[in-house]
Amino acid sequence: MEKKNKLAILANGLIKENPVLVLVLGTCPTLATSTSVVNGFGMGLSATAVLICSNIVISILRKIIPDSVRIPCYITVIAGFVTIVQLVVKAFAPALDKSLGLYLPLIVVNCIILGRAEMFANKNSVIDSALDGIGMGIGFTFTLVIMGSLRELIGAGTWCGIPVLSRVMPGMSIMTLVPGGFFVYAIVMAFVHYITEDKSKIRDGFGCDGCAIADDCVDGSGCAKEEVA
Amino acid sequence: MAKYVIIIISMVLVNNYPLAQFLGICPFLGVSKDMDSARGMGIAVTFVMVLATAVTWPIQQFLDSKGIGYLQTVVFILVIAALVQLIEMFMKKNMVGLYKSLGVFLPLITTNCAVLGVCISNIDSGYNYPQSLFNAFGAGLGFLFAMIIMAGVRGKLVDQSRIPKSFQGVPIVLLTAAIMSLSFMGFGGMFS
Repeated sequence: MEKKNKLAILANGLIKENPVLVLVLGTCPTLATSTSVVNGFGMGLSATAVLICSNIVISILRKIIPDSVRIPCYITVIAGFVTIVQLVVKAFAPALDKSLGLYLPLIVVNCIILGRAEMFANKNSVIDSALDGIGMGIGFTFTLVIMGSLRELIGAGTWCGIPVLSRVMPGMSIMTLVPGGFFVYAIVMAFVHYITEDKSKIRDGFGCDGCAIADDCVDGSGCAKEEVA
Repeated sequence: MAKYVIIIISMVLVNNYPLAQFLGICPFLGVSKDMDSARGMGIAVTFVMVLATAVTWPIQQFLDSKGIGYLQTVVFILVIAALVQLIEMFMKKNMVGLYKSLGVFLPLITTNCAVLGVCISNIDSGYNYPQSLFNAFGAGLGFLFAMIIMAGVRGKLVDQSRIPKSFQGVPIVLLTAAIMSLSFMGFGGMFS
């Protein structure tokens, strides 16, 4: 991999390789926790913390971990950090813990984290990996906050609990429910497709590049590779 | 007996994992391109879910008895990863036919949040052992059900419709899922 400057690594996750909107990773937590701004932000921060820590540790250990058992090793490291985050959130933000519920331990299987470990942290230096973690984390949090804002504004008429639209019109609660999640995600992604000038950067499907287990996968038949339309 | 039937029906229709609870979205969006892989993935997930629950439920009792229940996340994900690996090795050696049809999906299942999700939610909702197994089976069936519907709809979508450029690829699949989950909301409140 060519030498990239530090800022480019940081900005990479935010726009060009936004994990949610461009790489299409981590869809479950994106849909489930973007019901409101606060939930989305909390989820984004938790995942970012895990992502940065696991990227650093995996980058430090990248010469020690044998190639054949690297995925279980990564999962162990990630699960350790997820447990820490889980305990911290439970202790200091019990309300957030309640609203995120099941999705907090499920950060373990968030494909963004395993994907970045496999794609970036095991090939790059510690500082670069940390920056990549920060960039990707911000990209993830940013997307969650945008989606959370849209869903909360239209669904409940509030933003961060402050009444905004609810003075003018009643909220359409469907937006905070499951169908609204899919719908807003589709619209936001289509909008990103629309404004991105360089169409070649857009994945038409769920590429194998982002997949953590691409090596075990038989010519992409297990996963979702779609032909470029 | 009625209790178990209710668990299964509620997991398939009311609390359908991909369409009502946002679990297992990655394979739901990713592998639903054609009917055969959708069916294969659905069956493989059901299989792993039931086995993983069968293994993780007693482990949680053991962890609780030792007072180290907070290790749940670490232990569960490692057990699931090891279990999936074992199943794959066993299938490769003893069930070649089944391995050929389901084998490619197995490595993907480790990182499927629906499997870990069903194990944890069984513990959280306080189900006993047989209830947990039925719950896992129902969740798997619901996943299979959603996968098959999605594959059917997508088969028509790709060939016979003109999709706006920005919506091609992932967004149109998400919109389809939105409409599907809207119709699944109709089952809401059936057994709660």
